[in-house]
Amino acid sequence: MRYLKIFVPIAFLACMLYVAWSCSDAQASDTSMPDVVDYNFHIRPILSDRCFKCHGPDANKRQANLRLDTPEGAFAAFKDNTKAHAIVPGDPYASDAFTRLITKDTSERMPPMKSNLTLSQHEIDLIEKWIEQGANYKPHWAFIKPLKSELPEADADWARNEIDYFVYEKMAEKGLKPSKESDKERLLKRVCLDLIGLPPTLEMQDRFLKDTSPNAYEKIVNELLANPHYGEKMATPWLDVARYADSHGYQDDGLRTMWPWRDWVIHAFNANYSYAKFVKWQLAGDLIPGANKEMLLATGFNRNHKITQEGGVIDEEYRVEYVNDRTSTFGKAFLALTFECSKCHDHKYDPISQKDYYSTFAFFNQVPEKGLFGTIDASFADPPNMRITTQDVKKLLNFINKRDTSAVDVMVMKDSVNMRKAYVLTRGNYDMHGAEVGVGIPKSILPYSQQKYGGDRLGLANWLVDDANPLTSRVFVNRIWAQFFGRGLVKTLGDFGMQGELPTHPKLLDWLAVDFKAHHWNIKRLVKQIVLSATYRQSSDVPAAALKSDPENIYLSHSSRMRIPAEQVRDHVLASAEILNEEIGGPSVKPYQPKGIWEIASSGRGSLMNYIQDHNQDLYRRGMYVFIKRTVPPPSMLIFDASNRDQCEVQRGRTNTPLQALVMMNDPHVMESSRVLASHLSKENGKLESVLEKAFRKIICRKPKAKEIEILTRYFEKEQANFKNNPAKMDKLMKIGEYKKDPGAIRAYTAALMQTIQLIFNMEEALIRV
Amino acid sequence: MENEFLKNQFNITRRHFFGKAAAGIGGLALGSLLVPDLWKGDGTDPAGSLPLGMAHYAPKAKRIIYLCQNGAPSQYESFDYKPMLNQRAGEDLPASIRGNQRLTGMTANQEKFPLVGSFYGFKQYGQSGTYISDIFPNIGSIADDICVIRTMSTDAINHDPALTFLQTGAQVGNRPSMGAWMSYGLGSENKNLPAFCVLLSRGRGNGQGVYSKLWTNGFLDSTHQGVVFSSSEDPILYLNDSDGIDKQARRRMLDELAELNQLGFQENGDPEVEAKVQQYEMAYRMQTAVPELTDLSKEPDHIIKMYGPDCLVPGTYAANALLARKLSESGVRFVQLYHQGWDSHGNLPKEMAMQAQDVDRSSAALITDLKQRGLLDETLVIWGGEFGRTNYCQGTFTVDTYGRDHHPRAYSIFMAGGGVKAGSVYGETDEFGYNVIKDPVHIHDFHATVQHLMGLNHEQLTYKHLGRRYRLTDVSGKVLPGLLA
Repeated sequence: MRYLKIFVPIAFLACMLYVAWSCSDAQASDTSMPDVVDYNFHIRPILSDRCFKCHGPDANKRQANLRLDTPEGAFAAFKDNTKAHAIVPGDPYASDAFTRLITKDTSERMPPMKSNLTLSQHEIDLIEKWIEQGANYKPHWAFIKPLKSELPEADADWARNEIDYFVYEKMAEKGLKPSKESDKERLLKRVCLDLIGLPPTLEMQDRFLKDTSPNAYEKIVNELLANPHYGEKMATPWLDVARYADSHGYQDDGLRTMWPWRDWVIHAFNANYSYAKFVKWQLAGDLIPGANKEMLLATGFNRNHKITQEGGVIDEEYRVEYVNDRTSTFGKAFLALTFECSKCHDHKYDPISQKDYYSTFAFFNQVPEKGLFGTIDASFADPPNMRITTQDVKKLLNFINKRDTSAVDVMVMKDSVNMRKAYVLTRGNYDMHGAEVGVGIPKSILPYSQQKYGGDRLGLANWLVDDANPLTSRVFVNRIWAQFFGRGLVKTLGDFGMQGELPTHPKLLDWLAVDFKAHHWNIKRLVKQIVLSATYRQSSDVPAAALKSDPENIYLSHSSRMRIPAEQVRDHVLASAEILNEEIGGPSVKPYQPKGIWEIASSGRGSLMNYIQDHNQDLYRRGMYVFIKRTVPPPSMLIFDASNRDQCEVQRGRTNTPLQALVMMNDPHVMESSRVLASHLSKENGKLESVLEKAFRKIICRKPKAKEIEILTRYFEKEQANFKNNPAKMDKLMKIGEYKKDPGAIRAYTAALMQTIQLIFNMEEALIRV
Repeated sequence: MENEFLKNQFNITRRHFFGKAAAGIGGLALGSLLVPDLWKGDGTDPAGSLPLGMAHYAPKAKRIIYLCQNGAPSQYESFDYKPMLNQRAGEDLPASIRGNQRLTGMTANQEKFPLVGSFYGFKQYGQSGTYISDIFPNIGSIADDICVIRTMSTDAINHDPALTFLQTGAQVGNRPSMGAWMSYGLGSENKNLPAFCVLLSRGRGNGQGVYSKLWTNGFLDSTHQGVVFSSSEDPILYLNDSDGIDKQARRRMLDELAELNQLGFQENGDPEVEAKVQQYEMAYRMQTAVPELTDLSKEPDHIIKMYGPDCLVPGTYAANALLARKLSESGVRFVQLYHQGWDSHGNLPKEMAMQAQDVDRSSAALITDLKQRGLLDETLVIWGGEFGRTNYCQGTFTVDTYGRDHHPRAYSIFMAGGGVKAGSVYGETDEFGYNVIKDPVHIHDFHATVQHLMGLNHEQLTYKHLGRRYRLTDVSGKVLPGLLA
């Protein structure tokens, strides 16, 4: 019930107030004043952003001995003037913290001039009213255990499942209405791209269009969830979280063989491991009693960080760096907290002290590893590691795509027999030991009890999936939500702390988080719940009213059009042309890449000095299998905002740049795919219109409109005439790519068709999840 | 009616860019590429009142050319003249001088630290009388145009962290590089070119490689990523149309494409469609503008002479220096060169001479060229590496060969143009060249000063990411007035 008390006032006020928290970076233009000012939603974002740096949790940097992040601190009498208080509940003008905001004396005014921070009049008014109303502090919303609230009222004709009730309520508050359901063609494209990362085939399109049964859509969803490409699609964001790559990083950047771990991630999603198991095995599979090789393999998660091979470094410095990486990855990946901010000092905003940081660090500090195992080519998998043999792959590890009989080594986690002591490292320096610390976790999240959970990583994993943990489920549910809607219910996927954004739909987030746990952390179930909702199925046409009042579509009055992720750009092109190699897993591949980009950046050492391109079927693997050399990541991926896998990343950008246009116009993969598709289609000897329609449907995944066919036909004819006059140009064009050429296909018809397909690939809608 | 609708849509596009500011204010800079005056709206951070795309105060420099000598050239054979090291060659480095300085794993186990002086002589140049070594005669000849800093100091002692620190202000972590910050803070001057361009070359000495992290956008929008220009046929990746597609064919395709996209827009009303059309048009303009710019063959003879014949060999440092001038002249905000090969752990006299031979003439030519064009005043040129080298020998020490290990405490770079004090030497090291005794320039100070020259307050150019306002100078750095003209 406590939960309701917190959120009920918000429910009917949110209408006017969202700007105060959703636009902390942008213009806070909404200056309406709530009847009841809420600490979590109105005041803390201001205090945290402008005040806590000097008057917050960091004891070492606290100015004037004043802390404003706790009521005890804010209400206490000043030491040097016991009659004065920073905040006097009910009386803003007796509250120093308020009067110093409004004083005309710039030497007195807060925040100080030199901080470059200011408060708007509206923010000052909010603080005044909050103090007037009693200056009620509340715990940070994300640290309170989520509870399910009752479903709000909604249009029952529209709502399909619980999600819709919560979404409808918010929409109604904003004066928005849900959009109609998307047409079948676009809905199919959307759900295919979202669930397997590939466009629907023509067969599937036809089947779905014909199927008029009421559960036609659900049948498709079930089919896709059972499709092994589902695991690939779901794994890709996790590879960003886990900073997976095929090289060690740092300057010499030699080869590493972590790909069997990547195969495991795909397998885990396909086999629908519960999130609890998924997390537990990755964090502590090695410590589970009777751990098998699969559990051990899963722990590769914590060895995916970069490893130096630079002779001359100090071993301990880098060993500590790896432990730091694991610690901050743990914070960001599972808790959406910026642990790394506490490496050198107490956190400026969140209740994570430097001591807390090194207590969590201590869990990851027990690995028998070296900072510098050896220079380049010393090892593809520094110890501790695990050998995977052909025998293993025949049995327990049958999901690994090991292509030959040679064994492959993978880095895994292990704890030393003797506990390595951990210390607070002064200013984060590896060799400046401060006080010794034991294992632990910041207590404001959920107190850590060694007796209850244990004193090693397995204990940490148990703590993480404890039902009482307020963050784990919320953070994951939010990330999955963002995958399907383009924006999290908490927009800052990686920061649920004080400086993060507040949830736009707090009740929905909590309902989903609780529901997810109650159903044994079942990921496929959560995904299905989302894609079956009416919210998800809405048309993505942008209603004029929504564009005006909700340009970011925070309130989900329509589906969001989103450019597909980098890997899928490649997948979409290859799949539409039917040259995609659908093989799952295995060593990463090296497809076409502009010449010389590895060579010019290389130190001249190691097996990755030169880019040796693959051939045949390996050229047509999915984007997620393209070899990632960290110091020179695949350029076409970076251009489409892929992660460079330098460190844990939970949120990619989504830009729209001229370099993307250049890739789509000139990347040989796109050209080759157009060529092959044109060759295939030209052999069918169909009417031009139906050939163009077929190509269009393969790429755009809907039937073209008459006007579109008209433009395509016009373009085709111009190009055909052109090629007839310039056969030399045609010959050059038809040579692009290694895919076998069809000698009979070199004619102006095919070349013009190839160009027309290129045009379709470059349409804005082609790469959009509609 | 339809026109009015479109106009309205366009306004929404503008607003949409602002709306995206919460996800990345970087979106604004992209907006500026499309709509040059977009800034003049109200794109401010309520917390800090920072207009982006314009300087905080009148800039001295508008553009930067950073000639990064990666691998770390020795200060003892270039700009920090220490004759005493020749006199005391072979003697052990006094413990009092070394103090608690950390050593790399490569020399930490050496029993002795024999001092070694420069293999090359030094001369004084120009009115300023600046000491410069004999392997850099051309740079010597422009001594009165440059400001030598002898007291750079850094926190890192190995290449990867030191270069990362030099370029991003942090040794680890995926932070934006200097060029990305400039692109973010000041936008682009030329709508057909990226604001931040990167040129790579490799010398003949021991190299250490470069990595895309050095020109990363970090957490900024990826439009601020450094765009690598290559010496191959495609000066920018994927720039050239495939064989068989000429300019007219590309135009025909783009015209039809715009019409198809317009149809889509009429249905879905998504402002991103309009933005997409604009991006294709910019790509098309780049296809013409960039090859014209990178074609060095039309440069007049006197320019070729000045930079040296190597400047006609694509991919050399000299060619990149000349290209840097052209890019900068065309309004590229930040041109970043990397020249590898300075990591002389052994055989320094020979390696360093070759390296100097590769860069001396064209580095000086670039500065002279800018000066002759009246551009030096508004262009800041920076020349230097990520740290310095030890005053003692690493490995075998003979009369004509020796090596030097990494040294972070004190090293030399130089700057020219763009508001720095020409014909001056800043800072002083002890007679061993080991410690700074006057006017240290920490990397953070260097960044603060460079941003100051560009009209940016290093404490105000911030970006809020995961709850914290980040800046290039992290939490320190001060502008050093002694470097300013």
